[in-house]
This record gives sequence, C-alpha cells and structure tokens, in this order.
Amino acid sequence: MALNIAFWLLAATGVAAALSVVLLRNVFRAALTLVLCFVSVAGIYITLSADFLAIVQILIYVGGISVLVILAVMLTRDVTQGSPSNKLKVPALLVAALFAGVLIFSLTQTPWAVSAEPPLEPTTSALAGKLLGQGGFILAVEIAATLLLAAILGAIVLVREK
Amino acid sequence: MPSVGLEHYLVLSAVLFSIGLYGVLAKRNAIIILMCLEIMLNAVNIALVAFSRYVAPTLLTGQVFAIFVIVVAAAETAVGLAIIIAIYRRHDTIESDKIDLMKW
Repeated sequence: MALNIAFWLLAATGVAAALSVVLLRNVFRAALTLVLCFVSVAGIYITLSADFLAIVQILIYVGGISVLVILAVMLTRDVTQGSPSNKLKVPALLVAALFAGVLIFSLTQTPWAVSAEPPLEPTTSALAGKLLGQGGFILAVEIAATLLLAAILGAIVLVREK
Repeated sequence: MPSVGLEHYLVLSAVLFSIGLYGVLAKRNAIIILMCLEIMLNAVNIALVAFSRYVAPTLLTGQVFAIFVIVVAAAETAVGLAIIIAIYRRHDTIESDKIDLMKW
C-alpha cells in the first residue's frame, strides 16, 4: 500500500517536472525542474527495489549531469531569452501525442510474462557479479570506460580556448 | 486503488518519453533539447528497470543495461554541452534553427 502511494506521488512529481522542463520560459528554472525530475526517477527506482541504481541516479544525474547543464546555461547567458518553440510546435505536439497513444495502447494490451518471484533485495553485490564476474559484461564495462575517457577528452578539446 | 504493477511503470515511462520527444522536436534552445533528451533516456531506464523487476526479478540484466545507458548518457551530455558552448563562442547563438551552416 505504501508502495502504491509512493509510486503515484513520484510519478506525478516526475511527469509534472518533465512538463515544466518543456513548458517553462526560463531556461534556468527548467534546469532546476529537470533536477526534480531526476530525483523522482531515483525514487521510482527505489519502489522497483533497484537500490544501487537509485544511488547511481542521484550521484550521476542529480550530482553530475545537472551541474553540467546549469553550468552550460550560465555560460551561454541566454537565460533572459527564454526557451521559445520553433515552427514545428503543433506537428511536434501531434507526433508526441500520437506516439504516446500508440505506445500506451501496445504496452497495456501486451500480455507480459510477469514473474511472481520476489526481487533481489540488496542488488549491489549481484550487480557487481553481473558486471565483473564470470560470464558477465566485463567487455562492455571496459568499452564503457574507454567511451568515458574519450568523451572527457573530447569535451576538454571542444571547450578549450585557442 | 489497484496494486501498482508492470503496466503502471511502462505507462509512466511512455508518458515521460513522449514529453521528452515533444521537447526535442519543438524547442529552439539547444540546451533545452539536451535536457529533453535526458528525460527520454530516463524514461527508457524506467522501462528497463521495471522489466527487470517484474519479468526477471533475479536476473538483473535490465538493471545492467540501465547502468550502461546512464554511462552513455553522461558521455553524451558532456560532449553535447561542450559542442553547444563551442558553437556559442563562435556564433553567439544556441538556437537550433540558426545553427544552419551545414544546411544545404
């Protein structure tokens, strides 16, 4: 029961925050509501008993990406110009609404093979086994590390003053 | 009130994804477009974790995928914002329909 209430609260907060990212005129405020959206997604992970992912979400999104976004908003000093829509506002709204309708219809009509097993409770060690252990995703982890290094170097090269 | 199940999470994910899609398609400010991309990636992650929780609760593969999505999203944000700042330095604008040097 508490899980239900938590889900509805977090879902409402997340959707409202996402909507205000799209609708707010002020870019800085939009960035702040984006942080709220990230926090509620972390809460959603907790209701799905994905504790490690919730912490990762807080660390990377709320701690890292939002700081990057706010820094970029401040560096470009376009806050006063707001976030206007382009010429495609109405078609974009139609496409998004149609997409949401089709997606929700197909998702609710599909008979998913829901398992009755209880979820793993502390997921951290199991995830570590999956990522680094035998028959796990170790190659993908290495590739992800290379990707991060390349991304950091690329970002530094792009913003460096000549 | 019915108990929250897989469909609730999937519908939430679909709604968030569509909000992000609208923002990506309809906004001019490149930073807002990147923020909406982040919302879309978060929506996908919710779907992955929900499938992981309800379809294969002890396998955790969906959560591993979500971790990789987060890694790629972090790299994408860093490079994307760096590109936006570089464009702003050079052209004094981050409006997506004014950045049209490569438009034929």
